[in-house]
Amino acid sequence: MPKNLRATAAHLAAFVASLIMLLPVYLITINALKSTPEASTMSVDLPTELHFENFLIAIEKGKLLQSFFNSLLYATSATVLATLVSAMAAFVMSRHRTRFNRFLYLFLIMGIALPINFFTLTTMMQVTHLINTKIGIIILYAALQVPFSIFLIYGFVDTIPRELDEAAIIDGCRPRQLFFLVILPLLKPVLVTAGILNFLNIWNDFMMPLYYLNSSSNWPMTLAVYNFFGQYQSSWNLVSADILLTIVPVIIIYLMGQRFIIAGMTSGSVKG
Amino acid sequence: MKSHRSYPFYFVLAALVLYVTFFIIPSLSGIAYSFTDWSGYSDEVEFVGLDNFRTILSPDENYLSFIGNTLLFTFWTIIIKTVFGLALALLLNQGVRWFVNGYRVLIYLPVILPTLVVALIFRSILDPASGLLNSALRGIGLDALALPWLTDPRIALYSVIGVDSWKGIGYIMVILLAGLQTIPKDLYEAASIDGASAWAKFRFITLPMLMPALMIVTVLNVLYGLRVFDIVYALTNGGPGYATEVLSTEIFKAFSKGQFGLGTAISSILFLILVVTGYLVIRVMERQSDRE
Repeated sequence: MPKNLRATAAHLAAFVASLIMLLPVYLITINALKSTPEASTMSVDLPTELHFENFLIAIEKGKLLQSFFNSLLYATSATVLATLVSAMAAFVMSRHRTRFNRFLYLFLIMGIALPINFFTLTTMMQVTHLINTKIGIIILYAALQVPFSIFLIYGFVDTIPRELDEAAIIDGCRPRQLFFLVILPLLKPVLVTAGILNFLNIWNDFMMPLYYLNSSSNWPMTLAVYNFFGQYQSSWNLVSADILLTIVPVIIIYLMGQRFIIAGMTSGSVKG
Repeated sequence: MKSHRSYPFYFVLAALVLYVTFFIIPSLSGIAYSFTDWSGYSDEVEFVGLDNFRTILSPDENYLSFIGNTLLFTFWTIIIKTVFGLALALLLNQGVRWFVNGYRVLIYLPVILPTLVVALIFRSILDPASGLLNSALRGIGLDALALPWLTDPRIALYSVIGVDSWKGIGYIMVILLAGLQTIPKDLYEAASIDGASAWAKFRFITLPMLMPALMIVTVLNVLYGLRVFDIVYALTNGGPGYATEVLSTEIFKAFSKGQFGLGTAISSILFLILVVTGYLVIRVMERQSDRE
């Protein structure tokens, strides 16, 4: 095949693949603006009239404001908590490589593969009085993000020269000063990556609130959307509007941080 | 220099306490509880030996088919995602000249969407009467292919597999693309000089050099597939009948019905499968970081 033709065919294939990946987001975007009868088939046709009020209805009927702030609270607090404790742990385990710390590291990152036992975890949440509370779900989310965050940060600590630690210690830095003033600023790239991935994971999670939050005032957006879908299944325009409002923050973060996301996804799997 | 003073153990404690409290203790005590008749309706818990496991493995019950569905889901999603992910990675690595990053951003997009939302959108797309897929199939004259995707027990599991693969292909593509980019160009140049065909280059350079990335991708997919919940729950909730029931959706049903003993037994089986897989993950990742 001539070179030009090959390149054109490649672009065509990549273009079609991109379209297929984009189609669902396109579908809900245009259907969010339609009237109920027009959206009933969820077709690819553009709306004949723009119904922006769908968003207002979805926000009001779906209690989206409350669930938006719940999601924001859970994702932000748990991300900060998980990323910070993971960075501290990863720093010490990576720098001070005793046999015990090596074992501890493997023990901690084993959590990447472990399933959650929801039954005994319920008991644990009850014993610690964390069940059905906002603070409980935040701590739970933080705990769930620890293994992967440690794995991600541990590898990065190695790239920071030990001489920095030594210079800081000679200058009289205590461990806490060394970590917070010298190391933490240098970990910024990996902290941003871990932070974005943790935030998206928590924002998108549906399972923890399904098991552990039964009062609707504590629901995050995913659970609120699911519940809204149950009530308004026949009004796809409203469901689409509700879905769109849920994924807009995710898409914004993705577009802003896609370099970091891809760095995080590929680190550990391929070095390059 | 006394390094242990600068790297105190208490730095690890917060992470360790969170992890042990919410992962390890529940997992280990779960194994103990799987030998009991623990229920949501009574405070009394009695030891029942292997009863729960006998129930799960009994051919009169449906549990074996849930394990089968989980394995089928895992197997087919791995195959589909890897084949398409590899094809797209090769396309973006060699075929496409410009807008590579743009394509990558678009193809990766479904990965970052909430799984729940993806499932809801596909419930509309796969609707037998008015869904986009069947309308399109009818539109091009393929009426025979316009099937009841999520309500026919024979094809529902494969529809779920299809939707999940759609969502996950970008993830695999990105990892494999990063792997492809680490392969030195001069290997291909040398092969060209020796007159190697495109297929020979793929078979003898690309594939072996990509092995570590393919391994990781497979292991991550196994871990994901065995634990899959959201996509199944929101697309079919295990139905029609038990056609798409997997371990995690059954665990949720046991949870809702208060069958805690039986549920922990299913969880423990999943736990054992994953510990073995998890051990393999660590071994593979170790080998990766040693090579650095």
